[in-house]
Amino acid sequence: METVLSVESVNKIYSGGFQALENINLSINKGEIFALLGPNGAGKTTLIGAICGLVNLTSGKIIIDGFDHQRDFRSARSKIGLVPQELTTDAFERVIDTVAFSQGLFGLKKDIEYVDKLLKDFSLFDKRNNKLMTLSGGMKRRVMIAKALAHKPEILFLDEPTAGVDVQLRESMWEQIHCLKERGVTIILTTHYIEEAEKMADRIGIINKGKIVQVDEKKSLIKRLGQKTIQIAYDGSLEGQALQDLQSIPNLKLDGQLINYEYQSTSAVEEVPKLFKVLVDHKIPFSEVESKEKSLQDIFVDLVRE
Amino acid sequence: MNYRGIIAIYRFEMARMWRTLGQSIASPVISTCLYFVVFGSALGSRIDKVEGIEYGTFIVPGLVMLTVLTQCISNASFGIYFPKFTGTIYEVLSAPISAFEIVLGYVGAAASKAIIIGSIILATASFFVELKIAHPFYMMAFLILTTFTFSMFGFLIGIWADGFEKLQIVPLLVITPLTFLGGAFYSIKMLPPFWYKVSLVNPMVYLISGFRWSFYETADVPVGISLIGITLVLTVTLSIIYWIFKTGYKLKP
Repeated sequence: METVLSVESVNKIYSGGFQALENINLSINKGEIFALLGPNGAGKTTLIGAICGLVNLTSGKIIIDGFDHQRDFRSARSKIGLVPQELTTDAFERVIDTVAFSQGLFGLKKDIEYVDKLLKDFSLFDKRNNKLMTLSGGMKRRVMIAKALAHKPEILFLDEPTAGVDVQLRESMWEQIHCLKERGVTIILTTHYIEEAEKMADRIGIINKGKIVQVDEKKSLIKRLGQKTIQIAYDGSLEGQALQDLQSIPNLKLDGQLINYEYQSTSAVEEVPKLFKVLVDHKIPFSEVESKEKSLQDIFVDLVRE
Repeated sequence: MNYRGIIAIYRFEMARMWRTLGQSIASPVISTCLYFVVFGSALGSRIDKVEGIEYGTFIVPGLVMLTVLTQCISNASFGIYFPKFTGTIYEVLSAPISAFEIVLGYVGAAASKAIIIGSIILATASFFVELKIAHPFYMMAFLILTTFTFSMFGFLIGIWADGFEKLQIVPLLVITPLTFLGGAFYSIKMLPPFWYKVSLVNPMVYLISGFRWSFYETADVPVGISLIGITLVLTVTLSIIYWIFKTGYKLKP
């Protein structure tokens, strides 16, 4: 897979001595949606700032589509669109002007047709002559995405794109982000909504205390680190050898008429048959079997706690 | 060179001037008219000629300088401080535009506004007094050099300031007093010898004197020294701005 962004041994120590990023190494594939997941203060925004040129690196190297982000900053930055976390807009500017301003800033000729198209895509066309101060928070967020896309970037950074956004708008944003992906834009989003990462991302990176603690495909991350639980409801009572055999299975708990058995999804092939063998051998009548998978949220909480 | 980027910043800044037309243009024009009414007509009629020039006419270059300097600093400092304050600076800092180009956009706009206002004041003054410009080329050269230099100084204040009150401190406590004491309304040759010498350390003396020379061919200090002085301040401000963008001082953590 083609790498569109690589972050190599990046460190950031702020002037007060606080180390916000510690030896960050990260590769982003072309065309993927990458979710950077982490608790507040983990270093997500600092990392994005470092890539986009808003934060000076203490050490390390960042290559954007083959261009060094400092030496070839013009080529590197022209590939990137950034939607920051805060809703930062010039209150007195008109919607159409602010999007056209972004085009100019990135060295492009004013292309009103494309600006209009963006405004239509983000349902802002009828507001194009409105001042930004008259828009709602959700509209301002969409204006900022339109601004970030005004120069047709190949990589789009969305820093907490749905923070403070209502459920309906959040779903519409997820749709828009998927549309961008279909157009070939690589998307890197930071979020602390696990649901968002679970729903959107192809790959997930988990950052905590300035360090990347995990990077993997979403599915394999869940599979690899995900714990599964089987809950079996049985009839009658357990005693004698049957009880002993069940209790000898690690991570198995008896709770009334329920057997709760936890296992790693990677070891399912060896572990699960053992349990069923005991049930069958001792003719334990069971009526219901329910299987539960550990969510990304549980994995995230575990990793961050570590 | 990202010319379109420079133009985008320039137009954005100029658009604010047109949006706030009353504040940007009307207020300096009105205050200048008031100066003419008070110093030109009311008091000026009782004051002798200065350096052989009618008092009302004599104060025109000083008045233009006073307004132009204030405008340069307030426009340039606000221009860069406001995006820092609202956070919209992220877009400029993450765009493929160099520090020099950013400065050119902001400072160019602030200087243009000041030149427009300076020209309007000159036009207004011509309604009150008979105005002659002996060296129009030098007059424009002084005006452009001064506006760029002080717009850059304003840009520095905008980067340094971390509150709106700090934006006002330097223009109010430094620039305006130095301009008043720099011979805006009198020739420093009229001062007692001790205060004349003290005035020579005031950089505004050189600006106003050079500018006034381009009008009436009369100067408090040699014109060459005035030009060297402005160029020196320009070099210092440019060097500080270069250092700011190189280190990211108050712009990038």
